[in-house]
Amino acid sequence: MSENLISVNNVSVNFDYQENFISKKQKIHAVNNINIQIKKGSFFGLVGESGSGKTTLGRAILGANKISSGNVIFHDDDRNYDLTNMNKQDLKEYRKKAQLIFQDPYAALSPRMTVRDIIAEPLEVMKITNSRQETDEKVRDIAAKCRLNIEHLRRFPHAFSGGQRQRISIARALVSNPKFIVADESVAALDVSIQADILNLLKQLQSELNLTYLFISHDLSVVAHVCDVVAVMYLGHIVEMGPSRELFKNPKHSYTKALLSSIPSIDPEKRSEAIELKGEIPSALNPPSGCAFRTRCPNPGVDCKGGDIKMGLTEVEPGHWVDDCCVI
Amino acid sequence: MSHLLEVKNLDVKFDTDEGRITAVENISLSVDQGEVLGIVGESGSGKSVTAKSIMQLNPGNTSYNEDAEIILDNENVLKFTSKQDLKKIRGGKVSMIFQEPMASFAPAIKIGAQMVEQLLIHKNINKDEAKSISINMLKRVGIADAEKRFNQYAFELSGGMRQRAMIAMALSTMPKLLLADEPTTALDVTIQAQVINLIKDIIKEYQMGVIFITHDLGVIAQVADHVAVMYLGSVVEKGPVNEILKNPKHPYTKGLLEALPDINNLDEPLKPIPGNIPSPLDRPTGCVFRTRCPHHNPEGKDGKIEMKLIEVESGHWVDQCGMMCGQHE
Ligand SMILES: Nc1ncnc2c1ncn2[C@@H]1O[C@H](COP(=O)(O)OP(=O)(O)O)[C@@H](O)[C@H]1O
Ligand SMILES: Nc1ncnc2c1ncn2[C@@H]1O[C@H](COP(=O)(O)OP(=O)(O)O)[C@@H](O)[C@H]1O
Ligand code: SF4
Ligand code: SF4
Ligand SMILES: [Mg+2]
Ligand SMILES: [Mg+2]
Repeated sequence: MSENLISVNNVSVNFDYQENFISKKQKIHAVNNINIQIKKGSFFGLVGESGSGKTTLGRAILGANKISSGNVIFHDDDRNYDLTNMNKQDLKEYRKKAQLIFQDPYAALSPRMTVRDIIAEPLEVMKITNSRQETDEKVRDIAAKCRLNIEHLRRFPHAFSGGQRQRISIARALVSNPKFIVADESVAALDVSIQADILNLLKQLQSELNLTYLFISHDLSVVAHVCDVVAVMYLGHIVEMGPSRELFKNPKHSYTKALLSSIPSIDPEKRSEAIELKGEIPSALNPPSGCAFRTRCPNPGVDCKGGDIKMGLTEVEPGHWVDDCCVI
Repeated sequence: MSHLLEVKNLDVKFDTDEGRITAVENISLSVDQGEVLGIVGESGSGKSVTAKSIMQLNPGNTSYNEDAEIILDNENVLKFTSKQDLKKIRGGKVSMIFQEPMASFAPAIKIGAQMVEQLLIHKNINKDEAKSISINMLKRVGIADAEKRFNQYAFELSGGMRQRAMIAMALSTMPKLLLADEPTTALDVTIQAQVINLIKDIIKEYQMGVIFITHDLGVIAQVADHVAVMYLGSVVEKGPVNEILKNPKHPYTKGLLEALPDINNLDEPLKPIPGNIPSPLDRPTGCVFRTRCPHHNPEGKDGKIEMKLIEVESGHWVDQCGMMCGQHE
């Protein structure tokens, strides 16, 4: 049996783009040749600025985005699913096992649905339960696990605070008893006092229900606290990846270093040691040749500017991978 | 010396279908020239409402208390009613920047045209002068090709550039007071660092006073000289930023600091503040924080205590109930 739950092999995702109907067709390179292995039971973090391809990769792994090349394998107990080669029946099965936590169920769903209906919907859509009674049992069970008050099930979500809505969202994702969860910016909109509560809940549910997470966030401090492995993405590439403590203590890639240094320190005496990056992330329509980061790199080597460097990861410590070009 | 801005005993109430709510209660704040006052607190704590009061931008259902004062440059802006006076606090002496730059720009008017129009309203200059001031300001905030950007619409700019253009527009009239309402909240940390550095440089250069609103204590530590911590419409603690962050006294300030994931201390478990922020319709009587405070004693006095700031160290003010923490009977 594989120790990995998910294997992402050389995955690229491109989108077609045409500014208007007379202009020429172009490609958006959202995700480029990604390789990651997500171990069973891990809390795998994906960080990077907006536009780096995190959501696209997460959706590709859920089978919600087409994969342009490469493949994604989901290693279940008794069989493997190859996402690039699945029939309808397989896709149905996979949907039960791999779920997304919505950032805000209220924004995504009808305001006329009660909390109970929101949580129950996946069971009904995927025809997992056979009677209303069975559905209600499952809903109550998962709601309790997510520390939602049973009384709340009859209410409408607009009456709830951000933290409670996030619990509803988590309950909805977990009700079909999945093994793999993608949490995309799940705590981004929450106040810190409540964010900590939701993160602790995710951790607790992980051990209780044997879950594996792909946790997507632009907040490095949060990722450092909850994830055991972290991949840093930039413009569709993973530029560094490793056990989270090792990566945050000993970052190797210039981009990781810059990101870490940009977190505003809570110590007023430690003002701005930020390695200031120039400009913004380039468009995925026209990514730089060679090293994707070279247009903003604070200390490029002589070879980097030319653009003929090829990107790829090298293992510098056990499990700690860094983009080649930055290692040499 | 008198302060550039002084807010005294301000209450802000709104009449809504569900009843009258208290968004801000009895707050007092001051800002000096060249100084940054940070206001920090969770959503709904009254930060934006406070800033809007200074520009009289709260809507028609708002009422202020009779004895409240907002003194800017020795005038009480709450008494302003004439167009001429309101102009002073809306783009003249006071400017505001927001989280979402599109809130500042009309979508169908070019950036330059808006900057010029604003300058013509507030300054006694002609169009050419206004244009050159605008272009210089766009350059000053780090916008390359300022002449070209001058003739573009806001939506044509990238997120970071739009943020800079908004700052340029707010500064072009040389306000004495800048209100910055979460201007870096929607930005990536890398761009946030750029914008923070820009704002700090500009404050130094123009010696304006700034109110910088954020829910991020790290940002406060980086930009503010003084900080006021708000919870559910009340200031529960205020003082020099160093003092408040290193020696917090109020249970809410302590709770906020403990809940913050610190990248330099990964062994520390994340500690949420229990419970939820009450709705302003159910604002607790007495100590506003008592429904979530770890020291709360249901039989104790905290429901009857009146909130009132007292000075515990020079310049460091804490709500008096905060001083009784853990001593409830
Ligand atoms: N459906 C789509 N069609 C076209 N381009 C897309 C689509 N989804 C994402 N992109 C582009 O792909 C890139 C990566 O986006 P995304 O995955 O959302 O990044 P992140 O989640 O890291 O912010 C961006 O340039 C974005 O504009
Ligand atoms: N125009 C209004 N009418 C009614 N309630 C309002 C209005 N503006 C703000 N509020 C309420 O006042 C409280 C404080 O809001 P706000 O200042 O926006 O909080 P913050 O900026 O700290 O997140 C909130 O409960 C909000 O819902
Ligand atoms: S390869 Fe060169 S340009 Fe790219 S990140 Fe490394 S040093 Fe910078
Ligand atoms: S007065 Fe009591 S309830 Fe309020 S903050 Fe202090 S200890 Fe907590
Ligand atoms: Mg995303
Ligand atoms: Mg606000």
